[in-house]
Amino acid sequence: MSIPKTITLEVSRYSPERDPQPYFQSYEVPVKKEWVILDALNYIKDQIDGTLTFRWSCRMGICGSCGYTINNEPKLGCATFLTQYGRGPIRIEPLRNFPVVRDLVVEIGEFLEKLKKVKPWLIHEDGNGTGEYLQTPSQLEEFRQHSMCINCLLCYSACPISGLDPIFVGPAALALAHRYNKDSRDQGADERMAILSHPEGIWGCTFVGECTRVCPKHVDPAGAIQQYKIAGAIDGLKQFLMPWGQKGKQPKREAQKS
Amino acid sequence: MDTSSHDVLLVGGGGAGLRAAIAVAETNPSLRVAVISKVYPMRSHTVAAEGGAAGVAKSDDSIDEHCYDTISGGDWLCDQDAVEAFVNEAPKELLRLEHWGCPWSREPDGHIAVRAFGGMKKKRTWFAADKTGFHILHTLFQTTLKYNEIKRYDEWFVTRLLIEDGRVQGVVAIELMSGRIQAITAKSVIVCSGGCGRVFPYTTNAAIKTGDGMALVHRAGGPLKDMEFVQYHPTGLPFTGILITEAARAEGGYLINKDGYRYLQDYNLGKPEPKPVLRSMELGPRDRLSQAFVKEFEKGRTIDGPYGPVVHLDLRHLGEKLINQKLPFVRELCEKYEGLDPVTQLIPVRPVVHYMMGGISTDIDGATPIPGLYAAGECACVSINGANRLGSNSLPEILVFGARAGKAAAEYAQSAPDTVSAGIAAQAEDERRRLEENFLHKTGGTERVAAIRDAMQKATEEGAGIYRNEKSLREAAQKLSELQERAQNVQIDDHSRTFNTELLSALELHCMLDVAICMVHSALHRTESRGAHQRTDYPARDDRNFLAHSVITRTSDGSLRIDYQPVTVTRWPPGERVYGQQAPAAKQAVRA
Repeated sequence: MSIPKTITLEVSRYSPERDPQPYFQSYEVPVKKEWVILDALNYIKDQIDGTLTFRWSCRMGICGSCGYTINNEPKLGCATFLTQYGRGPIRIEPLRNFPVVRDLVVEIGEFLEKLKKVKPWLIHEDGNGTGEYLQTPSQLEEFRQHSMCINCLLCYSACPISGLDPIFVGPAALALAHRYNKDSRDQGADERMAILSHPEGIWGCTFVGECTRVCPKHVDPAGAIQQYKIAGAIDGLKQFLMPWGQKGKQPKREAQKS
Repeated sequence: MDTSSHDVLLVGGGGAGLRAAIAVAETNPSLRVAVISKVYPMRSHTVAAEGGAAGVAKSDDSIDEHCYDTISGGDWLCDQDAVEAFVNEAPKELLRLEHWGCPWSREPDGHIAVRAFGGMKKKRTWFAADKTGFHILHTLFQTTLKYNEIKRYDEWFVTRLLIEDGRVQGVVAIELMSGRIQAITAKSVIVCSGGCGRVFPYTTNAAIKTGDGMALVHRAGGPLKDMEFVQYHPTGLPFTGILITEAARAEGGYLINKDGYRYLQDYNLGKPEPKPVLRSMELGPRDRLSQAFVKEFEKGRTIDGPYGPVVHLDLRHLGEKLINQKLPFVRELCEKYEGLDPVTQLIPVRPVVHYMMGGISTDIDGATPIPGLYAAGECACVSINGANRLGSNSLPEILVFGARAGKAAAEYAQSAPDTVSAGIAAQAEDERRRLEENFLHKTGGTERVAAIRDAMQKATEEGAGIYRNEKSLREAAQKLSELQERAQNVQIDDHSRTFNTELLSALELHCMLDVAICMVHSALHRTESRGAHQRTDYPARDDRNFLAHSVITRTSDGSLRIDYQPVTVTRWPPGERVYGQQAPAAKQAVRA
């Protein structure tokens, strides 16, 4: 199909000082083969309407700023070409499951609180040692995928539980906890279990799998959560069957110093 | 007006700012430290760095060799005492990041892996695949979360430094979410706001890189150093300017012209070998490679593209496995943004503005001449980068000098007197009035932010690009001063207090104009060619007159003044920069 000369963007507008509720405003923008949604939004902001409000920065899919709902799908504005949408129109809304601040900008403060809750830092008894912790490529491979999250929050927007239950820690934060737990240098899995095994942690997830489907970085939060549930269940079972068994301070894997 | 108060304030939450914040907390946990950032810290542009971070790690390497590569790469404009401190501390900082969880790529035996990089004669670049900046930034950000004493002001934009009694005492900032304008006082302030690539039209830099911190210090009368030295990275994607990392060449990629010829062999960079050779050909320094591109264009040997001339980066011979393992992000970016697969296709590339060697003039501890005011990272100029930064030196730089500035600012804050309130409050009130009258409530303006921004970018590219001369620079200076006049007449459509990004872009435009004017004037006065500053009318390096840092300041009457400071030379007297086959020590094949 040939590329149309222009396409209509229907953009969700909302200003708390002025609007009782969001509404759609249509803008006609030129179409170029190499233009992504973000180019079109910037065209509007620069040439048509300076009040249109959205976040963006790196335009190369790594800063995580430009998540929007595009034709009902959470996507990165910088990685979504206009030409994917034929003759249009293209409907652009803020990410779902977050309070809207203005137009396409959502409030993500709560996510940062959730992130902190899972203790996303390396916990290691010898934290101030001077040597290198050895880690083989295969040990790195154990958690590499889960370390790729750019915090774009498309997964929270897609997750039906995050929509219904705002205290659910949610896919990205749970995947990040998993990332540290699977890191051979880390010894903090037990500390993190307190939040993970809580109802607002992994057990909140009903394994719909939307988070993994929409993730632009293939982090697979659903897979991480599933692995946890299994680990958590085995752990629980062990405690039930072997209440004398030691839980907690086990010498952790092969984190070595050189 | 609301005021909040801290001991140490970070302006900027990227790699340098977060590293500095941790250093403050570690120096004295009772200090009240806060990070102000115009974006959430994990959105900062450190995130986009790809190839790696240099630090001597292996037994075949030495501190002296890293120093020499850095100093010769910088065309002898680096301060050698600063370089020595930097090279010494870089491996320690990189190791600290390892302890904080950074997923460095590894050797089969579990040790840190290192790769080759441009201008480096040993393999010493630590990497986390080709997303090194992303992993460094997220590791630092996540690590700061364990320090409850680090307070954050996310999505606040600093509009003014508060200087009273000859020392810095805080800032005025606007909270984007609410539009609230307030003073945030502190005993010491560290500016870590990053670079200013958006002053140019084609840049690897994110939208947020608008030189805000440099402009803040400049307006406060602080010195900006070596502002004429702007780095073009030789391999950016043509329309977006997206960076294709130097690691692509370190892993064995070729740069070829329209005839499929590895043209760098014509520019005194060595002979083409099938495997990469350190400090040679595609692993030459960025300034020389970007200059070679212009010469190829002049010979008619580039390829015409819709966004100007390009050459090709050829990775096809590396094979899918190596590309997936070592350069996954390169493949992702090519597929997502250029619609091509580097495993089977050539990547069109052109030089794009990448890095600012110059910046806020600091000493080796990040201190500026204004008491209490520090700077670190790309916005600062210590200078370890001289006239041309080597690839993979900027990530360790943000760590080493972020840590140094954090420690120094913490120590200063411990002994500094409490902030004085009366004068500060008056200044803050004055700033609030300026923002409201000149921007938020202004009516009747006729200029649009985007129009002035586009004209500014055209002026810098045409007048102060890879090659400059007196005529082009004078024209750029003239144009920029007209644009600065016009910018006084900017009209914003948006009068809302809630997340007003149009106000933000107007404020950023003023910052960029200030920075661009400093660049052009500094370039005009340096009548020699050195590193990234190439004057067609003065093609030779002139050590007799210009083995010196330029320092540009705004005087009290608003005019600009340029002085020169001597370069610190310790053990490496100025010499010729030699790349390619002439350097016997450099003739060492890299295992691909």
